[in-house]
Amino acid sequence: MFFLIFKRFVLGLITLFIVSLITFIGVEILPGDACTSYLEREAFGEALAACIKRLGLDVPAHERYLSWAFNVIQGDFGYSLSGQMQINEVLGPRVKNSLVLASAAIIIGIPLALILGIITALWRDKMPDIIISTVAIFSMTIPEFISATLLILIVAIWLEWLPGIVIVPTDVTFFELLPNIILPVIAIAMIMTAHMARMVRSSVIQVMASDYIQMAILKGVPYWKMVFKHVLPNALLPAINVVALTIAWLLGGVVVTEVVFNYPGLGRLVIESISNRDLPVVQALGIILASIYVSINFIADLLTLMLNPRLKTLQTRK
Amino acid sequence: MENSKNIFNENPKSSLAKVLDIITTMASKPSGFIGLAILIFHVILAISSPWFAPYDYKAINPSLMLNAPSSEFWFGTDSLGRDVFTRTILGGRTALTITFFGSIIALLWGGLLGIFCGLVGGRIDDIVMRIVDAFLSIPWILAMLLIVSLLGTTTEVLIPALGFFYGKGIVRVARAATHDVIAKDFIVSAKARGHSNLSIIWNEILPNVRDAILVEGAMRWSWMLLGFSSLSFLGFGVSPPTPDWGLMISNARGLMSFAWWAVIAPIVGLSSLIIGINLTADAFAKALGIDRSTKAPV
Repeated sequence: MFFLIFKRFVLGLITLFIVSLITFIGVEILPGDACTSYLEREAFGEALAACIKRLGLDVPAHERYLSWAFNVIQGDFGYSLSGQMQINEVLGPRVKNSLVLASAAIIIGIPLALILGIITALWRDKMPDIIISTVAIFSMTIPEFISATLLILIVAIWLEWLPGIVIVPTDVTFFELLPNIILPVIAIAMIMTAHMARMVRSSVIQVMASDYIQMAILKGVPYWKMVFKHVLPNALLPAINVVALTIAWLLGGVVVTEVVFNYPGLGRLVIESISNRDLPVVQALGIILASIYVSINFIADLLTLMLNPRLKTLQTRK
Repeated sequence: MENSKNIFNENPKSSLAKVLDIITTMASKPSGFIGLAILIFHVILAISSPWFAPYDYKAINPSLMLNAPSSEFWFGTDSLGRDVFTRTILGGRTALTITFFGSIIALLWGGLLGIFCGLVGGRIDDIVMRIVDAFLSIPWILAMLLIVSLLGTTTEVLIPALGFFYGKGIVRVARAATHDVIAKDFIVSAKARGHSNLSIIWNEILPNVRDAILVEGAMRWSWMLLGFSSLSFLGFGVSPPTPDWGLMISNARGLMSFAWWAVIAPIVGLSSLIIGINLTADAFAKALGIDRSTKAPV
């Protein structure tokens, strides 16, 4: 058990190491370095030379990678180009804001997805299933920027219930942020819930069709006792990993949603840094978003291991 | 398991019959029928729309700014006085073309690399899968934005870039599907007969993992369309004045409090196409006996 966890942890670290190589090499081989793309038309003569010197671009690439990676491990991402600020200072409030948004969506989304998934599975092909599944297909397939735009149009403009865009400074306190995040959270939670509910549904249906559930029915186990004691534990375990992958995949959608609502989080920073061609910030964002992805998957692996008694003694993962 | 050789040596008629069979199965359920109908409608619309578009999509006319829908302009006009109906029916052409070819590239490289890794296994497989995992953990939007902003938003950049970033998930699916057949007797006997890896991939494995890969490709087409539209929406996709739904929504969004028609029309266009592709892909998967809903969208 301990060995398995350790192995997953090391694999995650290796993945992150490769990510750092990819982002570094990617930025290297794409045309234009940080200085030329940042200075654009003024990229010549003294300004260029000064910029190259300041960023240390005159050093060979592998040495730059090593010193960059060494600093990143210590939590120092260097300086951004546009604001001349330390990237850590730029990132801090953004990470906090995005975390608030994402965790609110997860806290609402996961229980809702469980309930909806179980309902649709138990009433399979009946009215509740047909209605919920249809709504789920709509909300999971429609792009984030469309559902977000429609939410703004209907709730903020036509009904005038909530503010449509977030107009707050980046370093806003939690309680000032709260009324502003309702619509963005709904937009993200909608898609997430739909994806997860669908997985829970098919997982529950699979378990319901298994021999041991047939056996339980034949033995006369009360229906709801059977559902909670025999079906759900077996159905939800395999769903954990998939749910983690889904949450991680939705990181891209969070970026778009933040832009639509003008939300001061990591997503908008992605767009801003790319528009400004602020390559050091782009690199930092790549590493941070990849670490979030890797840690979500690692947590899911841990949960699966802890909740599944079979894996405690088994040395191999499925 | 059927003998894979037999599948390959069938005469063309029976394989056509098989395709027709699959389509009939897909259309027999309401969701599959609706999906197919929407998809076919969009494809026909995209091919034929230049011939019946009532106005010039790039004709700017300040005197017609933000007109509400009328008998003259069915979906109204946008902030530059352009006809929204014309731009909406033309708006899917670029997206459909780019994502269609992008999906084919994704299928080809993802499928072949996945099968190859599944077949050879060992060290090479480990290394490739670690790299694929690393690419999977970088959000697609960051990578796509970086590439597009540095290389430009031309078709020659977008198609390979989308094809690459949406193919990495197919590597995993193709590899898993290959693992399922690799231990079967006919593979072992082909190896014993001394066939090359290439011949085994082409003649023995491909016919057996084809279904899983095709379903994955169909699904990926709808995600790629979503990704491409998101890029356009963010201003990193097609460049104006090309009519494109993502771009139209982004342009009309700021004015939607008094000109909702300019944002609703492209929303309906894009949503219906994505839903159509999704329903079709789902029905396709069910017709081939593959359960997609337990998989994460990676």
